[in-house]
Amino acid sequence: MSLTYDDVIAKYEPVLGLEVHVELNTASKMFCACSTIFGGEPNTQTCPVCLGMPGALPVVNEKAIESSILIGLALNCSITPFSRFSRKNYFYPDMPKNFQISQYDEPICVNGYLDVEIDTDEGVKKFRVEIERVHMEEDTGKSLHVGGATGRIHGADYSLLDYNRAGIPLVEIVTKIVPGTGRYAPEVAKAYVAALRDILQSLGVSDVRMEQGSLRCDANVSLRLIGAEKLGTRSETKNVNSLRSIERAVRGEMIRHAELLNKGERVVQETRHFQEDTGLTRSGRSKEQAEDYRYFPEPDLVPVAPDAAWIEKLRASLPEHPSIRRKRLQDAWGVPDKEMAAMLNADALDLVEATVNLGADPTRARGWWLGEISRIANEKFCAISELSITPTDVAQIVALVAEGELTDKLARQVVEGVIAGEGSPQKVIDARGLKVVSDESALMAAIERAIAEQPETAEKIRNGHIPAAGALIGAVMKETKGQADAARVRELLLGHLGQPTS
Amino acid sequence: MITRSAHEMAAALQSGDTTSVALTQAHLDRIGAVDKEVHAFLYVDTEGALAQAKGVDDSRARGEKLGPLAGVPLALKDVMVQKGVPTTCGSKILEGWRPPYDSTVVSNLKSAGIVILGKTNMDEFAMGSSTENSAYGPTHNPWDLTRIPGGSGGGSSASLAAFEAPLAIGTDTGGSIRQPAAVTGTVGVKPTYGGVSRYGLVAFSSSLDQAGPCARTVLDAALLHEIIAGHDPKDATSINAPVPQVVQAAKNGDVKGMKIGFVKELNGEGYQPGVRSRFEESLELLAKAGAEIVEVSCPNFEYALAAYYLIAPSECSSNLARFDAMRYGIRVGDEDGASAESVMNLTREVGFGREVKRRIILGTYALSSGYFDAYYGSAQKVRTLIMEDFTKAFTSADVLVSPTCPTTAFKIGEKANDPLAMYLNDIATIPVNMAGIGGMSLPCGLAPEDNLPVGFQIMAPAMQDQRMYQVGAALEAALLTQWGAPLLSKIPALAGGK
Repeated sequence: MSLTYDDVIAKYEPVLGLEVHVELNTASKMFCACSTIFGGEPNTQTCPVCLGMPGALPVVNEKAIESSILIGLALNCSITPFSRFSRKNYFYPDMPKNFQISQYDEPICVNGYLDVEIDTDEGVKKFRVEIERVHMEEDTGKSLHVGGATGRIHGADYSLLDYNRAGIPLVEIVTKIVPGTGRYAPEVAKAYVAALRDILQSLGVSDVRMEQGSLRCDANVSLRLIGAEKLGTRSETKNVNSLRSIERAVRGEMIRHAELLNKGERVVQETRHFQEDTGLTRSGRSKEQAEDYRYFPEPDLVPVAPDAAWIEKLRASLPEHPSIRRKRLQDAWGVPDKEMAAMLNADALDLVEATVNLGADPTRARGWWLGEISRIANEKFCAISELSITPTDVAQIVALVAEGELTDKLARQVVEGVIAGEGSPQKVIDARGLKVVSDESALMAAIERAIAEQPETAEKIRNGHIPAAGALIGAVMKETKGQADAARVRELLLGHLGQPTS
Repeated sequence: MITRSAHEMAAALQSGDTTSVALTQAHLDRIGAVDKEVHAFLYVDTEGALAQAKGVDDSRARGEKLGPLAGVPLALKDVMVQKGVPTTCGSKILEGWRPPYDSTVVSNLKSAGIVILGKTNMDEFAMGSSTENSAYGPTHNPWDLTRIPGGSGGGSSASLAAFEAPLAIGTDTGGSIRQPAAVTGTVGVKPTYGGVSRYGLVAFSSSLDQAGPCARTVLDAALLHEIIAGHDPKDATSINAPVPQVVQAAKNGDVKGMKIGFVKELNGEGYQPGVRSRFEESLELLAKAGAEIVEVSCPNFEYALAAYYLIAPSECSSNLARFDAMRYGIRVGDEDGASAESVMNLTREVGFGREVKRRIILGTYALSSGYFDAYYGSAQKVRTLIMEDFTKAFTSADVLVSPTCPTTAFKIGEKANDPLAMYLNDIATIPVNMAGIGGMSLPCGLAPEDNLPVGFQIMAPAMQDQRMYQVGAALEAALLTQWGAPLLSKIPALAGGK
């Protein structure tokens, strides 16, 4: 007998804790000069350092420190004047040194916050998510366990190891516990990660591609009886690869915990893996007997002591906060809330802004990116930013339409041509011969022919039945293969038949 | 020729009296003749060495500008990686591994035209004071083949004493350069921590390890020191400052007006009488040469050994975790159905020797949650106290001195089953590593009771390495005047030698 969500929140208060791992987009790895480009042939982006060869030593990537400080500043954290790397010791084949260099008790950024907003039936609600720490570490390699039932190392026939990812710089952003979200816990978790993603994107420090794993979220969830002070036992859900999944995972865990607690059973403190297909989690590694990582200060590295002037320089370079920028653009462009949301959902804000900055009308720019271009992207199962059409192309198309050089219908063909790789809008227009028929004598001749073919319709119009004009306009458009400006055809037709044209 | 000093060999090469190929061949022949008795080498790179020698001769023939020791051969401790040349660290677990890269020390040697003869024997992963912990059998002290050559760098020091090489590279974590130098009558220097790059030095204890020069004279050590030292962007702990002027100091050798502090706690009970008498005579020679001798006290040195045996094993337990059979070295038990975990366990079981396992277990325990503060944490505090002792002592003395080790070379097997007795060998050398400062050992005579070499240790503040060379050169000159010939001229002939 499964509980409903309403049953859960009537009795329990959820407490969240979110850990987000972000792969930085530095050109080289955290402690060596190897490339960080995603998708290389296995083990081609490695060297003695990231393979943990005997004798090799790490050296900190200064760009990674800079990115971490930027993240800390954007999350309202204090930047610690002195932080240190430690070794987290445990054995796993995809970890070349069998220890991970990570920050432990002395992280680079501490005590920040991020405000998030969610839409609810009771209007927009604001929540403050407090950040405990932001710290740096290196990623591990990737294992692929072949054979066996579970895809895990136990029971596998053999395992393949790819160390290209070993040593990629990671930043881990850890929240303090987040109480007080009540029924909105799943939405708050999602909104937090979305807001974080926007900030990271605006900082330009990460590709923030959840599907490629460059942004990964672990969601800690626990329940306690409403009014209780003591925290319940938490589970930690890993593998949550999309914003939607975060919401589903938190909701699912809340229900699972409540079912256990209602039956008088206890929640096991463990790692759980989110299953994209079922929306449920399955048990992973138990954390009841906490693994002893034998942390100690990394003796191969010196402490990180960023100087205050550098921090202030970075602070001054911070971009506009994404939520402030959004409000500013929404106001400037006069976009209704719903459509603003659609634009954000489609990841179109940057593209529209760039198009507007090139002189396009905001409404038209938005219309193209969210209309025809989004439609094609959907067909191709990709993001609009991945299509080969640029803000410059769209701005040119908007201008050509405004100048009457293209009709909307022709412009759609130009968009399609640009996306198909036929070149710039002008090239597509030339190659496909897409030109508005603006020769009025040719249009008049076509109008005469249409009237001759449909004399009764023409008569109706002469008698003031204007809606009948559609049929004749259609015939003219058909004859000109759509290359005429329909509005002009209508004007000429109505004028010719002695009717008012406006 | 092979009994000469490295700078004399370099002069002969420069004047055209010999070639690097001939000099290298002479050393290879000597190794062929005597290394069966000494076992200083784990690998002799005959082809590589001769090719390198020929390269230097060719450069010289073309009139190219060469470094001061170009063409002189050297023995490399097997803990230092050299591209393509087997590197075992004296361990079974790395058997057959040929590193894909050169350590910074090796790159520096190669660009200076130093010819690398091969890799020398050592205690496994540099853990030991006798070279008995090598998985490939012990090295014998050329002064008495039944005795140990010191450790961990016994192969390097023995190769110098046996005239198999005029120069060698050692590494010193708790005395592994200085103690072997002392018991073989050679010179060994541990530079200031960070003075020589650790990139490519297979780590035992990262915060203590330091590579340094081994030679038969103070000047040779200084010439080699300048070649291998300097800032390395690949080592985050490498010092970004000019290398101390050690060659100039070794040529100067004037101690007039210098204050030399002998450390009260590093003499007396537990020190062999002959060691004490040779040490005290040397102090008198330095006083005669114009130095002022003062007594200093370093009360916290008493805790150095205990703290060392927490810090070094802790770091080694983590550093040696990478030997897991996955990427290099031997692999044991990799049969159908064996899990990665079982292969790793079996490989480590078979691949590591007893002393290495002992220290991994000790370190794993010391770092464990609940014990960390009491062990690792307290040891780090002791380390700070030792540094403070040195700082204070250096306010009243320019350098500090002591016997390098409490005894002369002991018999092979004598302490093999008594780790604590073995650890005590390093009682006088360990404080230097704990504080990250420089230390040198040079021969100061034979102990009357056993006719075996005694080492004299000189310690200088961080980045003041030149002071050790200045004092060392002064003492070496005074002793040479007294003896009339270098100490090594008294070494018994080896059966394989002519």
